[in-house]
Amino acid sequence: MAKKVRAIIISGNGVNCEQEMALACRRGGADVVDIVHIGELLAGRAQLEDYHFLNFPGGFLDGDDLGSAKAGANRILHAAVRDREGRLAEQVQAFIADKKLIIGVCNGFQLMVKMGLLPALEGRYGDQSVTLTFNDCGRFEDRWTSLKVDPASPCVYTRGLENLYFPVRHGEGKFVVRSSEVLDQLEEKHLAVLKYTDPDFQAPTMEYPFNPNGSVGAVAGICDESGRLFGLMPHPEAYLYRTHHPRWTREPDLGEEGMGVGIFRNAVEYIRSTLL
Amino acid sequence: MAWRIEIGLKKGSRDARGDRVRRELEQHFGLCLEDVRTLDVYTVDANLTDDELAAAAQGPFCDPVIQEASINRSLATDFDVLVEVGFRPGVTDNVGRTAREAIQHLTGRPFAPGEAVYTSVQYLLKGNLTKEQAHKVAADYLANELIQTCLVVSRAEFDSQSGMQVRIPKVTSGASVHIDEVDLDVADAVLLEISRERMLALSLREMQKIKSYFAQKEVIDTRRRVGLGDKLTDAELEALAQTWSEHCKHKIFSSRIDYQDETGTSETIDSIFKTYVVGATEAVRKKKGERDICLSVFKDNAGVIRFNDDWSLVFKVETHNSPSALDPYGGALTGIVGVNRDSFGTGQGASLLFNTDVFCFASPFFEDELPPRLLHPRRIFEGVVSGVEHGGNKSGIPTVNGSIVFHPRFLGKPLVYCGTGAIMPAVINGKPGHEKMSHKGDRIVMVGGRIGKDGIHGATFSSEELHEGSPVTAVQIGDPITQRRMFDFLLIARDRGLYNSITDNGAGGLSSSVGEMAEDTGGFELHLDCCPLKYSGLQPWEILISEAQERMTLAVPPDKIAEFLQLARDMEVEATDLGEFTDSGYFHCLYEGRTVTYLEMDFLHNGVPQMQVEARWQTCTASEPEFPPPADLAATLCAMLGRLNICSKESVVRRYDHEVKAGSVIKPLTGIDNDGPSDAAVIRPLSDTFEGVVVAHGICPRYSDIDSYHMMANAVDEALRNYVAVGGDVEHVAGLDNFCWCDPIRSEKNPEGAYKAAQLVRTNKALYDYCVAFEVPLISGKDSMKNDYQIGATKISIPPTVLFSVIGKINDVRRAVSMDVKQAGDLVYLLGRTRPELGGSEYYDLCGFLGRSVPEVDAAYARNLFTLINRAQQEGLIASCHDLSDGGLGVALAESAFAGGLGLEIDLGGITAAEAMRDDLLLFSETPSRFLVTVRPENHRRFESLFSRTDVSEIGNVLSNSHFIIKGRNGEALIRSDIHTLKQAWQAPLKGL
Repeated sequence: MAKKVRAIIISGNGVNCEQEMALACRRGGADVVDIVHIGELLAGRAQLEDYHFLNFPGGFLDGDDLGSAKAGANRILHAAVRDREGRLAEQVQAFIADKKLIIGVCNGFQLMVKMGLLPALEGRYGDQSVTLTFNDCGRFEDRWTSLKVDPASPCVYTRGLENLYFPVRHGEGKFVVRSSEVLDQLEEKHLAVLKYTDPDFQAPTMEYPFNPNGSVGAVAGICDESGRLFGLMPHPEAYLYRTHHPRWTREPDLGEEGMGVGIFRNAVEYIRSTLL
Repeated sequence: MAWRIEIGLKKGSRDARGDRVRRELEQHFGLCLEDVRTLDVYTVDANLTDDELAAAAQGPFCDPVIQEASINRSLATDFDVLVEVGFRPGVTDNVGRTAREAIQHLTGRPFAPGEAVYTSVQYLLKGNLTKEQAHKVAADYLANELIQTCLVVSRAEFDSQSGMQVRIPKVTSGASVHIDEVDLDVADAVLLEISRERMLALSLREMQKIKSYFAQKEVIDTRRRVGLGDKLTDAELEALAQTWSEHCKHKIFSSRIDYQDETGTSETIDSIFKTYVVGATEAVRKKKGERDICLSVFKDNAGVIRFNDDWSLVFKVETHNSPSALDPYGGALTGIVGVNRDSFGTGQGASLLFNTDVFCFASPFFEDELPPRLLHPRRIFEGVVSGVEHGGNKSGIPTVNGSIVFHPRFLGKPLVYCGTGAIMPAVINGKPGHEKMSHKGDRIVMVGGRIGKDGIHGATFSSEELHEGSPVTAVQIGDPITQRRMFDFLLIARDRGLYNSITDNGAGGLSSSVGEMAEDTGGFELHLDCCPLKYSGLQPWEILISEAQERMTLAVPPDKIAEFLQLARDMEVEATDLGEFTDSGYFHCLYEGRTVTYLEMDFLHNGVPQMQVEARWQTCTASEPEFPPPADLAATLCAMLGRLNICSKESVVRRYDHEVKAGSVIKPLTGIDNDGPSDAAVIRPLSDTFEGVVVAHGICPRYSDIDSYHMMANAVDEALRNYVAVGGDVEHVAGLDNFCWCDPIRSEKNPEGAYKAAQLVRTNKALYDYCVAFEVPLISGKDSMKNDYQIGATKISIPPTVLFSVIGKINDVRRAVSMDVKQAGDLVYLLGRTRPELGGSEYYDLCGFLGRSVPEVDAAYARNLFTLINRAQQEGLIASCHDLSDGGLGVALAESAFAGGLGLEIDLGGITAAEAMRDDLLLFSETPSRFLVTVRPENHRRFESLFSRTDVSEIGNVLSNSHFIIKGRNGEALIRSDIHTLKQAWQAPLKGL
């Protein structure tokens, strides 16, 4: 039997984008795509080790009541797994040690950042050095943004991609760093994979609304040094088909496939070539 | 032991919440402060070690990159006055609930009963302000004192008391459980007094009916056998009042109406609901025969129609007006999560697909003195928009369609319409997905949130006008996350076949949900003492009728109950077995084994006496105005575009996630800069088919003051116009009617009641006439009949308003059409015939007139046009299509042009009009059933021939630059402007809100 790329999408407690993340994984070529409620993981009926590709979708974990994804991060870090030694967090650590892939989108990115999984400089997983906080405009906003990929980034998800166009849909997406050294390191190591740009994809911008939240360095997405852990505020899974594009009725040259598929295809191909 | 944890931002971190408050205080109160900063306060009342508490403070409560935490030490510095806003005891505190769960995960042990976390927000105001000003700001802006408390502390007070004290807003109730008996063997005046005092909203006739029923010997004998006395219990009276409330029973829509038209001709109508609403649907279904799309109408929480062979569509729209008037945020939030439950709990359960919302407000720029107890419209606006934002976004449901309608009389009561669409498999576990049935012996299981005093008397309260004594317990705050968890769980339980029936707990709580489900079996036995409570001290009757949110009631077969309850526990959802469905014929509730209600199901559900209503129609006395045409029509067009009912609502639309679930095809904002106003929404719910769902609505309250018949006709036409404009199939569409009326019962304090009742009759006649003519079945709807404000001599009644929503299908979403012009050189057409119909129009209102010439709908003409447009869309002939509504042709031209980023050159001389009209009237007439369409030059022959038998006028072309030029019928340029100027005028008014 041929080996299969297995993706898991975590749902529950306010995760909202699990269906379209699953669709994105399937369109990207994953062979097995399971949406698993976190209660199943905590009940010990499912385990991360059975998968190669862990997806944290967007949503409002626990209503973002304690700050975006804070309570969600607390659950993964501290909740015990029934009838098993240890916590879910240890399964996540093992997943990383096994060189498997993790992506977090929007609330999933917030979750990864607040668990200290990103950027995890020098491999210090668990040390939170950046955060995502309230947009400068003070509001939740849904708007499409132009994004530029750092071609020198180790990120496996953005290989061969250049300009991307995805919507942001968040109230807490402003990227902030603990210190300027953190930002310097992110730039030096090319970990600031995605940046908000002007509408013509020319240059990173701090200008609202093109930089929709006031993120420092115009950072929209980052990866860890391995390039296997990736988080971003814009939603690649929101652009899988031509008709997702906000101007598909007036731009006849758009391809049938949405730009978001490429991100997931890269992940699946990486797994096929290195993990199977 | 209680601790106070404060979380503040580190120096150098921007306080977006504080900045917003500072900005708004300046804008709305003229109060210029140097700085406003905020702190989050968690008051933890639980048995924890110091280490555990520190771990919580530093862990889940604090973001180490930007925040700092302190325990029992104030972080407040550098302020002049601080305001701390917390919840009153018993009010839903979502953040507090999440904080408690986070601590439980951290410590690995549950909180003991009575332990809790309470949250508040501290605002540190710096600048020149007195404590009195701070009090005013706190009361008018920072807090809603119905549900929140605020503490205002000056710097000097803060220093002298060395910081802030720990305060615990715990519900303390010493009340022991007791069951009150109510003696109805009293005089009529006393009966009325009982109804008033207990907030029952029952009329004298209804009280008398109850009195005589309980005086019967057999009733007394039966009651004695179950241990009850001769008198009613409080729980029984409350259950009757709730079941018989206007809100639940729709007594006015079911009443016997004596209607007299302007000629004095009389007519008796036995239930406008049965005659016109149900009547229209029956007529349409019969007419459509095999093409009928209805699956479940009027009997369930929401209506269900066919989508394709494998899937069915569910749609329901609700109003939540009275609660939103008192607490705009909580009221609107509860409105949206409440209607989510309606659609979810339809049939065997449905997955939620989209939300819609339509609000009716007074101007947010209202500057006169506010009558007592009314909130400023700007506050209502902000609160309602935030409530729906949180309700929709947090639940992960895209808000795809809506509008905001302004009228001065919505000051008396804002209207908050919330709709939810859903999709369900056509067949679930071998049975039609839209059917459900509870069986004798099934367990009654309540799932989701707990019961508190929140929302007690919601059903009876919304059946009355807003008055001095309106209860605060009628206000609730929704909790989208508890609900989301519940839905995740229930969909799995549905697919595993773990329950037979489901319904939501909305108005009337358990009394209503269990009472309705028990109609299948003919009785139930419910143990009120088993109900999980938020806090102790609730009386049995309160448990029975509480409207605490996020609860569903299910009928679970006894052999599935264990599996059902275990699955709930694994998914962090509370589920409780409360009793059993029986065939006893009785509504039987017990508390600790003692019977507290024993009501005959038949009397409860069918006993309410039919109301008699008098309706007297008078024709409108307004006349058509005469006034000179404006000298500068370009300026007039800008003024029209800047009117509240026409201007851009982008600042609101962006706050709603309109594309979560990745189904959006036509989004609410469209065009070259993603900011033009779409006519309707198209979504593709399933990735394995290109079939799509189309959602639109129409609402025209301004026409009601002339003739509500035409208000209704125009709303139906507008909804269908919007629907067809994007490509919705006019053969596969269903409607929902949501009536919001002002009191139509004539009385001493309501002398215009008979006229309002006549307006209601005429509106229903139009609803019937047009639904039948358009072949649109009605599948669901609701009425809210007491949208009046009366305190002292001030009375404000809303304009009679019907929201007409439609849901239907497009066979291939790739054929959908947006409203923005696409390409220079495209030809511009006006479809439909223009008549001088400006009565109640935006243009007349701008000029200060009501007028008389209300637009009238010719359904046969319109339906033919809609069908032809569908055909042209399928052939790909239409590049853009925009419906003409508020502001008519002039507004539609401007919107399509600036949305497309291209200018237009238009010649009004090309228009087919019914008669000669002045240019300004031609531009702004609101004649229905008209569309503005652009067509590629290579398609124009085919396009024109398709429409050759109706009114198609070529009126100009799309330019490659930004000029916007309109020539009048005499050939002279009437308007020379450019799209940027027009767009600016259209975007300006609500941009800052």
